[in-house]
Amino acid sequence: MRLTPFHPRTSEFCEVYNWSLWQNWLLADMYAPDHIQEYYAIRTACAVFDMSPIPKYHVHGPDADRFLDRIVTQDVSKCSIGEVLYTPWCDDDGKIMDDGLLARLNEHSFRLTTGDPWLFWLEDNAVRLDVVIEDVTDLGVLALQGPYSRQLLKTLTDADLDHLHYFHILNTEVGGIPVEISRTGYTGDLGYEIWVEPHLGVKLWDAIFEAGEAYQLIPFGDFALEMARIEAGLLLTDVDFYSSKKVVYEFEKSSPLELGLGWSVKLDKEYFIGQKALRNESARGPIWKTVGLELDLNSLEAIYAGFGMPLYLPHEAWNDAVPVYSGELQIGKATSGMWSPMLKKYIAIARLKPQFTHPGDRVDIEVTIDANRKRALATVVKMPFFNPPRKKSLGQV
Amino acid sequence: MNSKAKRYDSIIIGGGHNGLTAAAYLAKEGRRVLVLEKRHIVGGAAVTEEIYPGFKYTVYSYVVSLLPPRIIQELQLPKHGLHIMPLEGAFTPMEDGNYIASYADEDDTLEEIRRHSKRDADIYPVFSNMMYDLARAVRPILTMIPPNPANPGLEGLRTLRAFGSHLKSLGKEKFYWLTKIMTMSAYDFLSEWFETDVLIATQAQIGIIGTFLGPKSPGTAYVLLHYYLGELDGASSNWGHQRGGTGGVSEAIASAARSFGAEIRCNAPVEQVIIKDGQAVGVALENGDEVYGKTIVSGCDPKVTFCKLVNEKLLPSDLVDAISKYKFRGSSGKVNLALDGLPDFPAMQDKALMRAMQEICPSVAYLERAYDDAKYGSFSKRPFMGCIIPSTVDPTLAPPGKHVMSIFVQYASYDMPTHGDRDQQRESFGNAVIDTLAEFAPNIKDLILHKQVITPWDIEQTVGITEGNISHGELMLDQLFFMRPIPGWAKYRTPIRNYYQCGSGTHPGGGITGTPGRMAVAEILKDGN
Repeated sequence: MRLTPFHPRTSEFCEVYNWSLWQNWLLADMYAPDHIQEYYAIRTACAVFDMSPIPKYHVHGPDADRFLDRIVTQDVSKCSIGEVLYTPWCDDDGKIMDDGLLARLNEHSFRLTTGDPWLFWLEDNAVRLDVVIEDVTDLGVLALQGPYSRQLLKTLTDADLDHLHYFHILNTEVGGIPVEISRTGYTGDLGYEIWVEPHLGVKLWDAIFEAGEAYQLIPFGDFALEMARIEAGLLLTDVDFYSSKKVVYEFEKSSPLELGLGWSVKLDKEYFIGQKALRNESARGPIWKTVGLELDLNSLEAIYAGFGMPLYLPHEAWNDAVPVYSGELQIGKATSGMWSPMLKKYIAIARLKPQFTHPGDRVDIEVTIDANRKRALATVVKMPFFNPPRKKSLGQV
Repeated sequence: MNSKAKRYDSIIIGGGHNGLTAAAYLAKEGRRVLVLEKRHIVGGAAVTEEIYPGFKYTVYSYVVSLLPPRIIQELQLPKHGLHIMPLEGAFTPMEDGNYIASYADEDDTLEEIRRHSKRDADIYPVFSNMMYDLARAVRPILTMIPPNPANPGLEGLRTLRAFGSHLKSLGKEKFYWLTKIMTMSAYDFLSEWFETDVLIATQAQIGIIGTFLGPKSPGTAYVLLHYYLGELDGASSNWGHQRGGTGGVSEAIASAARSFGAEIRCNAPVEQVIIKDGQAVGVALENGDEVYGKTIVSGCDPKVTFCKLVNEKLLPSDLVDAISKYKFRGSSGKVNLALDGLPDFPAMQDKALMRAMQEICPSVAYLERAYDDAKYGSFSKRPFMGCIIPSTVDPTLAPPGKHVMSIFVQYASYDMPTHGDRDQQRESFGNAVIDTLAEFAPNIKDLILHKQVITPWDIEQTVGITEGNISHGELMLDQLFFMRPIPGWAKYRTPIRNYYQCGSGTHPGGGITGTPGRMAVAEILKDGN
């Protein structure tokens, strides 16, 4: 088990001892007895998530572009210096292995973040290419997210954050500490990820929290992050899909097209792993589509009333697959869901047969109460569920 | 009548949150709706104003809970800016330096009560469950058009029957508790459960909110239940802050109303309802304009609705008589502070309680004494206070590092002593509040950058609510359900055809509920209007 560069501080803040492991790193699920305050801080003020455990690779060398273009589905040549791309990558059958962010730090220098560690696989694919792949997972990363994140950060740096576009990075100092700031996040809100050398982690934390007091800054854990990412319609590995390398059977695998990630698959670029299969699939049409569902609260309330119970709303995200029906026919499954306190809606992410995925389509979703299987009405909606303009907008100058 | 003038289906008098809710529902039904608000902003008593530069006060009301999920969904309020964050926990400093607190986490609360009384900690979960059960039992009544048992009619009989079987389904024990809570004083009711005085005080204070009664006055137990009736995200009786203050709730409802096509006009005070042949046909504005519409709906309090907006002589004299006896008796004031930093309560061990409500009600005797002062027409020398610092979770309200504190104060009698002028009285009332608060948070005086003091008289002057009662009339059993505002006129109608009422003076009463507005529309539509 490993501790992140910020652990001396996260440990102080975490009064509920609610920790779990992420890639063998210790990470707080929540800090205070109620993760809802952490969730609201993301949406109302600002909050910090220690995302240091995320696997990170520094890829550089003359063939770095070529190497990455072979692997990921995005077109790396379109990624300019200082830009970040979201991208999946697939196996030869066009099934998703993982996804992550690819940042071009310099002309032939990139950083790739991933859900799972992929060092050996990356190296296997770099044979005969002039490229160096370094595991830089030890770097500290703080995700500072929320509507006041920019205002807070501006008090600590001279960098022109107002003009830092969504999915772009810059190098600067924050509170005198050299960092890289990337305008990215997993919350669907205005936010930044701040990259720092591990030995400066605690100093960075202290600088941010000292300035953050005026902005009601608090740390948030995995439970609040889960809620934010569902509202943002962002999929989670091992929950909304499985890596094709981690499962055995075909039906457990999925393609980026089925997951609604087709926009990040550039079929017409030069060869990349899985290209042929994805071209075929694209021509044929994917057999699943990923959409949002909104549960009908009246129908849900009626189900609970049938048991003499008041309506129950999940205040923590759930992530067990749940069957979805149209009439008697099962048409797919919902993979994660929750009550959204911001939207006042019960939302879920679902993968359904394409003919049932038009916005407004009515489906049924299984609800289990003490082993009694019932079905509540739900409506198909577009994702993201929550998408405030501030997520992408520039600052006031 | 100017034939070119636009005609409306419905004209709403008063852009308070209930008027706006009625407007939104009527517009949603395709009616051409006009809302006329006398002030420059909508919201009535649910407004946010920047009285002191950089600081936003949620001027009159301050917390939200009673707005039902149904209204939130039907009007799609989150899309229009509704953003309610939970207000978790409470902190009550005591006069001996001790304190009692409650937390979002029930185990933490029980541990805290245990510090005062092991017995009460054991009983507390049972009490909580009983209150939730009673709230669940009463909640359907809130959205029920109140049938008049003396003259029910067919529909009323059906409702009464449903109501009867609903009560029967509670079971004997809960029915007895329900009867008790409907009739007892908050203190007596709570004393049947708890032995810890300060614990009783923290609950009993809920029972006096907005009433001119003390914790030992019969009827206050019901008020306690009334404020348990709320919910937030399916969690019963939880309270919350609207981002940007309660004005944000009004703005969200107004935005929803506009999205359905309603027109909202501010700075448009209404002088009178225009009545022809016993039928309301329009309104005359104070500036002399006249606007015509098929139905006129008043979101104002019963006194304004019946006795100011129409000529009393057009109404049955028994109705006028009943309205004149309707009890407003505004009893609560508000002090809003712009603070240079967070106050320091020496008794507060866990600084997370800065985000909770800080209640100044150290004992039952303290509350009853505060009432004693008011009984004889003064303000309380050491008043009950419910303080929140919403800027601890919402940075939109104050500049970085600064805070706003919203203090609900009781009692501030509407009829404060006649000697001295209003300004002087307001000043002394404000000083009593700050001095008392300083007993528990000594640095408060050094932090105050600006102070706004509001008495019931000020509420009447600015918002227009008679005697400044936050609930448009006291929430007492004789003024509730089929008797709200008065027997015979509880169904949102008036003796004047096409003239309706939709304010908090109608069933189910005060608080930011929107329910009177919604139910009034149901009745208006039932009449074919």
